[in-house]
Amino acid sequence: MVQEELVKIAHLSCGSEYSGIQKEIETAAEIVNARIFYPEISIEEVQQVQDDFGLHVASSDLGLVMARAKVLVEGNTNADAVLITTCFRCAEGAVVRNELRRYIYENSKLPVISYSFTERTTSGTLLTRLEALTTTARRRSLLAREHQEGLTAGIDSGSTTTKSVIMKDDKVIGRGWVPTTNVIQSANEAYNQALETAGVTRDEIQALGVTGYGRYLIKEEFNADLVQEEITVNSKGAVYLANSQHGSATVIDIGGMDNKAISIQDGIPGMFTMGGICAGASGRFLEMTSKRLGVDITELGALAVKGMQQNVEMNSYCIVFGIQSLVNSLSKGSVPEDVAAASCHSVVEQVFEQQLQEVEVKEPLIMVGGSSLIEGVPKAMEDMLNIKVVVPPDSQYIGAVGSALLASGFINK
Amino acid sequence: MVKVFIYPSNSLILSDLVDRFGHEPLAVMHEIGKKIKTAGLDSPPINITPEDPKKGLKYAAVEVPSGVRGRMSLLGPLLEEAQAAIIVTGPDISFGCMGCARTNELITFLVRAKKIPKLDLEYPRTEEAAKDFVHQIHEFLAGLDNIKISTSDKTGGGE
Repeated sequence: MVQEELVKIAHLSCGSEYSGIQKEIETAAEIVNARIFYPEISIEEVQQVQDDFGLHVASSDLGLVMARAKVLVEGNTNADAVLITTCFRCAEGAVVRNELRRYIYENSKLPVISYSFTERTTSGTLLTRLEALTTTARRRSLLAREHQEGLTAGIDSGSTTTKSVIMKDDKVIGRGWVPTTNVIQSANEAYNQALETAGVTRDEIQALGVTGYGRYLIKEEFNADLVQEEITVNSKGAVYLANSQHGSATVIDIGGMDNKAISIQDGIPGMFTMGGICAGASGRFLEMTSKRLGVDITELGALAVKGMQQNVEMNSYCIVFGIQSLVNSLSKGSVPEDVAAASCHSVVEQVFEQQLQEVEVKEPLIMVGGSSLIEGVPKAMEDMLNIKVVVPPDSQYIGAVGSALLASGFINK
Repeated sequence: MVKVFIYPSNSLILSDLVDRFGHEPLAVMHEIGKKIKTAGLDSPPINITPEDPKKGLKYAAVEVPSGVRGRMSLLGPLLEEAQAAIIVTGPDISFGCMGCARTNELITFLVRAKKIPKLDLEYPRTEEAAKDFVHQIHEFLAGLDNIKISTSDKTGGGE
């Protein structure tokens, strides 16, 4: 494997070293060939910075973090990217984290991500985030690609389903979609489906890109040209399919195991958050609801748009207790349409509360992934944000499309 | 000789003053030093592992941020050992600091809850105030020689 260029990540933190997770951060960075460092600052800069920002904090380490952000924006370091971390459940830390992320995003070209940690944070949790961060720092030219060229393929090995597309000259000409069971077997099935519907053979494919949870495994199996995390490929795929490659956009992908909310500028991901702690905010919740209603997941959305979520009382977002609320409401006489609407509202509301607060929501808001096809989900998002939600064609194949698009940069390499 | 808890707990000046006036400073540098020198621990820069914030649960509940509990895993045992305490409020960052306001609040509360001799001082901002600051510390430490020391007071359980 070719060793990629080292990325220097400036770490702004007020206590990750006291939470016992510094090793985890460094391990994740090492895997993506990045190095964590703390920008040098003087005591005077720390003393001055709170007045400069107009943000006065009680925790002096947050002053330290602010001073480090300032030297980054002023270009006085050789950082390639920025990671901001604060303790989970610290209100003061959250205020500083969000404001500094915005400050760096608006005043520099440095890609920046933030994360609130606990002592349970592992390198695995951080890996996709750091992979996306380093990709943005390292591959700006690749991410600038706006057109798919030649005959390329993409495979998205997701936690619930595996998707594949074949693309030719800016058009999706073949599609494959299977439930994920055995990662490699499912990828083969999806890829074969896509090849068959496109009427081409594997030998004709000029470049292949892979993404999703199983990306590293299938990269070896298929000798892929590009292996890329979902943040980057979904961003590219979404703005490409929604024809919004220039200017701002926001992408939301409610996946089977986690959610992504990504703020995009000119096709390049800026701020983003990934949720993955609660199944109640995932596509799995919708799947469970459809099972309890005795309908196929593809029918849930049509039911939901006919229902009124207000007619169902839900006491919890939890995939166990929330679903129980839905079942109880059925026994009290609620109609399936209302229950379907309530389940879509519940998932969307949790994404709104936990993730959208942390990214800049700018129109167009593009929803992608399989859950975007459940009509009740984009509708609930529209109702909540009071803006039009765009669901582009082939939105369920977003990762595969993004991979195939970016893979065309590898033709003839 | 009396074991004197100091806060900010990484203040070299406070630690040095306690030492010069004949008592034992309970400073966090020694605790971090022990961790750094422990073979097998590899969580730089100060070798706090994910187990340490769990030890901090003795002093603060699980909903308290992990950074506070990690700091408490270092400071809590020192406070338990303490026979006297000097707390400086509003210090300049260069004087020493634990970086976290929530930790500061919890520590100052726990010190007050412990029935030991303590000296509360404002960080001096003028030369005159600095002289008085050192004088008060000297007086306090000199007075410790004559007191009856007890370490039986319980410390912990911020909740």
